[in-house]
Amino acid sequence: MDGFLSLFEQYDVAGAFWINIQLTFWAAIWSLLLGTLLALFRISPIASLQWFGATYVNIFRNTPLTIIIAFGVLALFGQLFVSLSEDFNLNFFRLAILGLSLYHAAFVCEAIRSGVNTVPLGQAEAARAIGLSFLPAARLIILPQAFRGAIAPLGNVLIALTKNSTVAAAGSVAESAGLMKTMIEFRSDMVIPIFFTFALGFVIIVIPIGLLTTWASKKLAVAR
Amino acid sequence: MSAQQVLFDAPGPKAKRNILIGNIAGAIFVIGLLTWLVITLAERGQLEPAKWTPFLEVRTWQFFFLPGLWDTLRAAGVAIVTSVVLGLILGIGRLSHFLPIRWLAGVIVEFLRAVPVLLMMIFLWLAIGAASIMRPQDIPFIAVVTALTLYNGSVIAELVRSGVEGLPKGQREAAMAIGMTRGQSLRSVEVPQALTAMLPALVSQFVVILKDSALGYIITYTELLQNARRLGVGEGNLLQALLIAAVIFIIINFALSSLANRLSKLLSFRTAGRAKRDKDQKVLLPDATNAG
Repeated sequence: MDGFLSLFEQYDVAGAFWINIQLTFWAAIWSLLLGTLLALFRISPIASLQWFGATYVNIFRNTPLTIIIAFGVLALFGQLFVSLSEDFNLNFFRLAILGLSLYHAAFVCEAIRSGVNTVPLGQAEAARAIGLSFLPAARLIILPQAFRGAIAPLGNVLIALTKNSTVAAAGSVAESAGLMKTMIEFRSDMVIPIFFTFALGFVIIVIPIGLLTTWASKKLAVAR
Repeated sequence: MSAQQVLFDAPGPKAKRNILIGNIAGAIFVIGLLTWLVITLAERGQLEPAKWTPFLEVRTWQFFFLPGLWDTLRAAGVAIVTSVVLGLILGIGRLSHFLPIRWLAGVIVEFLRAVPVLLMMIFLWLAIGAASIMRPQDIPFIAVVTALTLYNGSVIAELVRSGVEGLPKGQREAAMAIGMTRGQSLRSVEVPQALTAMLPALVSQFVVILKDSALGYIITYTELLQNARRLGVGEGNLLQALLIAAVIFIIINFALSSLANRLSKLLSFRTAGRAKRDKDQKVLLPDATNAG
């Protein structure tokens, strides 16, 4: 037990989790922005933008995240010398955020689109019947209902993003999965307690997000 | 409801003209983006023949891509079978009327769903290595398959549960009426129908398994990504090698997704449950909790 506790003095476990939370936070914001834009493309009546949105989603959803993250470090940085910061570690951190955002934007797009799909056609017809034109109908009737319908799938994407932030280990970011590896290699006699410590950390982060988004999606659900 | 129908009326002459203008502007934007990409790559010398010709050689495929693809498919194939088995066991456990079993299965499923696959993979890889119970060269494969099984088994357990709960309750009542026990009813009436209903979602889960097998790259498993990297380091064309690996993954996953779509159309009338997806959802909305 003493050995176990001294491990935590030697290694900054909380700091590693903090990196995961930061990765998740920034990637959540960027993927939400990009995903919303893609969803707008996909639901617009403009064929070329629809095609772009659909192609983006199909490409990124079917590519393993590991390849995208590895691509950032090995190809973008290693071969094209794309650098997002002077600082070596900050550069890898930002490349990982870029990879996570590009990948999860595809899922955000589908989540938002599924939200729009929950709105019954009658709502749009009723809006037109009382004389609302396109923009007011979208702003006052359709989109508020669509966003409320998209909360649960968006919550799922956020949970996936939190867990997937560990894949940044493939992009040379010193986060919790990498730290777990270092710790186990140092004290292979404590492999099980170390694993359960890290696993518990993720359970503590992920389960509240799930409960919160489930609660919010029920609370804000449109009664039909 | 289709987003198109909800958001837009049937266009009149004026709207048609606006859509055309928008379409041209959009096409210019998309083509501009792609041109910019190609020009940037060309400027940095990434389109030179020397970077691409290795992919035309037999040895590249013989020693790098095909063995890598084989290892990827092997790990994913085994993990698909084992995770379906584990999913059935845990799913039936969650539906059990015996409280301790239901509770235990619930805790296991929730735990496995909350822990990142990569964490389990690294743990298994190092733990099996430390225990030295098998040949070192087999350890990465076993770790990849076991981690994928544990995680995807728990996801499939939830599919089984929601599939059974989605059945009309008449099915269960009929089974009870002819004197079946709860276990018999689950095994011979409910789960078989639920399986048909969940088949499309199950096939979509196979896409996740295939994608997540690439995590093996991090624990030195010689799958497609790992081999692409080795090739790219040797030939100095990492960008191109990773792109080809990504394309191979996209083709296989795209085929699997199309299969899932076809299945959902084919099976929708063969079960009392709901195999049909949202009409306008081209691909099943991925339960993104497993967007590995």
